[in-house]
Amino acid sequence: MDTLIYIFKRILQSIPILFIVSLISFFLIRLSPVDPLSQLKLNPAISEETIQKETKRLGLDKPVIVQYGLWIKNFLKGDMGYCMDNTKVSTKIKARILNTLLLSFMVILVSWIVALPIGILCAVFYNSKFDKILTVLTSAGMAIPSFFFAILMLLFAQYTGWFPLGGLTSVDFSEMNVMHRILDILWHLVLPVFVLSIISLSSIVRQMRANLLDVLNSEYIKFAYAKGLTKNKVILKHALRNAINPIITLLGFEFAGLLSGAALTEYVFQYPGLGKLILEAVMASDINLVMASLMIGAIMLIAGNLIADILLKLTDPRVRI
Amino acid sequence: MKISDFFYKLKKDKAPYIAFIVLVVMYLLIAFADFFALYPSTYSNRKLTYQPPSKMYIIDSQNRIVKPYTYNFTKTFNRDTFTIEYKEDKSVKYPIKFFSKGFEYKLFGIFKADIHLISKSDDCNLFLLGTDIGGHDVYSRLFYGGQISLTIGFLALLISFPIGAIYGGISGYIGGRIDKIMMRIAEAIMSVPSFYLLIILASILPSNMTSKQRFALITAILAFIGWAGFSRVIRGMVLSIKTSEYIKAIETIGACRRRIIVKHILPQTSSYIIIALTLSVPSYILAESGLSFLGLGIQLPDASWGNMLREAQEFANIIYRPWLLAPGFLIFVAVLSFNVLGDKIRDILDPKTVKK
Repeated sequence: MDTLIYIFKRILQSIPILFIVSLISFFLIRLSPVDPLSQLKLNPAISEETIQKETKRLGLDKPVIVQYGLWIKNFLKGDMGYCMDNTKVSTKIKARILNTLLLSFMVILVSWIVALPIGILCAVFYNSKFDKILTVLTSAGMAIPSFFFAILMLLFAQYTGWFPLGGLTSVDFSEMNVMHRILDILWHLVLPVFVLSIISLSSIVRQMRANLLDVLNSEYIKFAYAKGLTKNKVILKHALRNAINPIITLLGFEFAGLLSGAALTEYVFQYPGLGKLILEAVMASDINLVMASLMIGAIMLIAGNLIADILLKLTDPRVRI
Repeated sequence: MKISDFFYKLKKDKAPYIAFIVLVVMYLLIAFADFFALYPSTYSNRKLTYQPPSKMYIIDSQNRIVKPYTYNFTKTFNRDTFTIEYKEDKSVKYPIKFFSKGFEYKLFGIFKADIHLISKSDDCNLFLLGTDIGGHDVYSRLFYGGQISLTIGFLALLISFPIGAIYGGISGYIGGRIDKIMMRIAEAIMSVPSFYLLIILASILPSNMTSKQRFALITAILAFIGWAGFSRVIRGMVLSIKTSEYIKAIETIGACRRRIIVKHILPQTSSYIIIALTLSVPSYILAESGLSFLGLGIQLPDASWGNMLREAQEFANIIYRPWLLAPGFLIFVAVLSFNVLGDKIRDILDPKTVKK
C-alpha cells in the first residue's frame, strides 16, 4: 500500500514538470524566427488552399497562447499534426520509439550484466593490477566521443565484413521468416549496442566500485568479519545489498543519458531511432515533428526516472518523497 | 589548501600528473597556434582537395643524411578507375626549415610575428596531415580548431556555474513555495533529453551570423543546458548549510538575504564547485564536438575539432582518407586528461571520498 501511494505521488509530481516541458518545447520553437510553413510554401505542388488549411489547423492566425492551447489539446488526443512529407507525426514517432526502446533496453541489459561483476571485482581486489587496468579502461571509455567511436566501429565492420554497415534490417528483410528476422535485427544491433554499452558501462563500473568500497569500509562489515564469516559471505550477503541501492538511481540517469547519447550513435549507424528522427526533423526544420519528438523524449525520460525510483522504493522501503 | 600543497599531492600520482601536463601542453599549443601552424587559418587551396599527407625526407637518394626536404604532389585523373590520384613529383626538392620566417600573424592578437616552428617556401605544398574537401591543411586546422574546442567548454562553464550556484542558492535558502517552483523549472529542463534540446536550440540560430556571434551563442546554449543539474546539487548543499549555527548568527545580526547567500553560504560550496568544474569541462567539449559534427555548431570556414570530423560522415573518407580522423583522437586525449585530472582534484579537495 505504502508503495502504491509512493508511485501515485511520484506520478502526480511529474505532471507539472511535463507541463513546463511542453511550454518550453512550444515557445522555444514558435518564438524562433523559423516559419513553420516555410517549407510548404516553397513547395509548388502544394496549393494555397492547403496552406490556409494548415494555418487554420495550427491556429497561426490566432495569438500564441491560443496556439499553445490548441497544440496541447491535439497532443493529448494523440494528434500531433503532419510532417513535411504529409505522413502523420504520430505514426512516424511510434515506429521510432520502439526502435529506440529496443536499443536502450539492450544497452542497459548488456552494460549492467558486464559492469556489475567488474565493479564488484574492482572493489574486492582494490588497488590490484586488475583494478588499475580497469580504472584506465573505464576512463578511456568515458572519454571517447560516441560518434567517433561509432565511426571507428564502422571502419572495423568495413574491414572485417563481420557486421552490417548500419541500419536495423537487411535489404531482404521482408522475405525472411520470423526466426531469421529476429537474428537479422540482433545482428544489426551488435555494433550500436557495443558502442553505447562501452560508454555507459564505464560509469556503472566506477559507481559500483566506489559504493562497494564505501560499504566495505563500514563498521558492520568489520563486525561481520569479526564474527568469523567467510569473505564470500560477507561480500555477497552483507556488502552487496547495501552497495547496490545507489546504482538503481543511476538507472534513471543512464536512461536519460542514453536518449541523448544515442542520438549521435543512431545518426552514424543510420539506426532508425528517435534520436535520428529528431535530428532529421531539426535539419529539415519540420516543426511539428520537432515539437512532438521533444515532448516524447521528455516523457520517456521522466518515465525512465519514475521506473528507477519505483525500483529503488521496492528494494529500499525507507525511501520517501 | 596552499597551491604548492595541491601540486605536491598531484605529483604523487603518476596518471593525473601526466594528464595535467598533457593539458598544459595542449593549451600552450593552441595559445601559440599560429606559431605551430603551417598556413593561416583562412588558407584553402581548392586545387588540392583530399591530398594525402606529405612525407618528410632526411635521407636522400644516395643514402646520405641531409637537411629535411619534401616533394609536392601532382594530381592526375585516372581514366580507368575515375578517381583522382596523387603522386609525389620527385623532380623538385623543397627544403623544410625550422624556426624561420613564414606567413605573418599576430600573437595573442597583439604582437606581430612571422616566426614558425616549421616553415617552407611559398610554392611548396607541405600538408603534414593531408587536406580536406576544401583544400584546408588538416595539420594547421588542428591548432585553430583546438582554440575553439578547448575554450568553448570553459566559457560555457563561466556562464552556467554562476547562474546555477545563485539559482540553487536562492532556491535552497528561501525554501517554501518559491523553492518548489524554482526546482520544478530546473527539473523540467533536466527532463528534456539534453542533446535534443541542444540541437533544437542550435538549429533555430539564424544562419546569417558572423562566426564570432555564432561562437558566443553556441556557448550560451551549452551553458543553458548545463546550469539546471548543477543548481539542484547546490540547493541540496545549501539546505544543509542553512541550518548551521553560524548562519543563524548572521541572520540575528540582521544581514540581508542577498548577503547571506552570496557571502556566507555559496563560498561554503566552493570545493564542490571546483570539482564539478573540472569534471564537467569534458561534457561540454563532447557536446560542442557532437554539435559541430552534425553541422549545427561551429561552421566553416572556422575550424573546430567537431566540424573537422564532419568529413568522416562520408564513408569513402574514413576508408581512403584516414588522416581526416585525426581530430577525433585529440578530443579523446583532451577529454581523458580532464577526466583523470578531475578525479584526482576531487580526491584532493574532498578527502571524504578518498578510500583507504
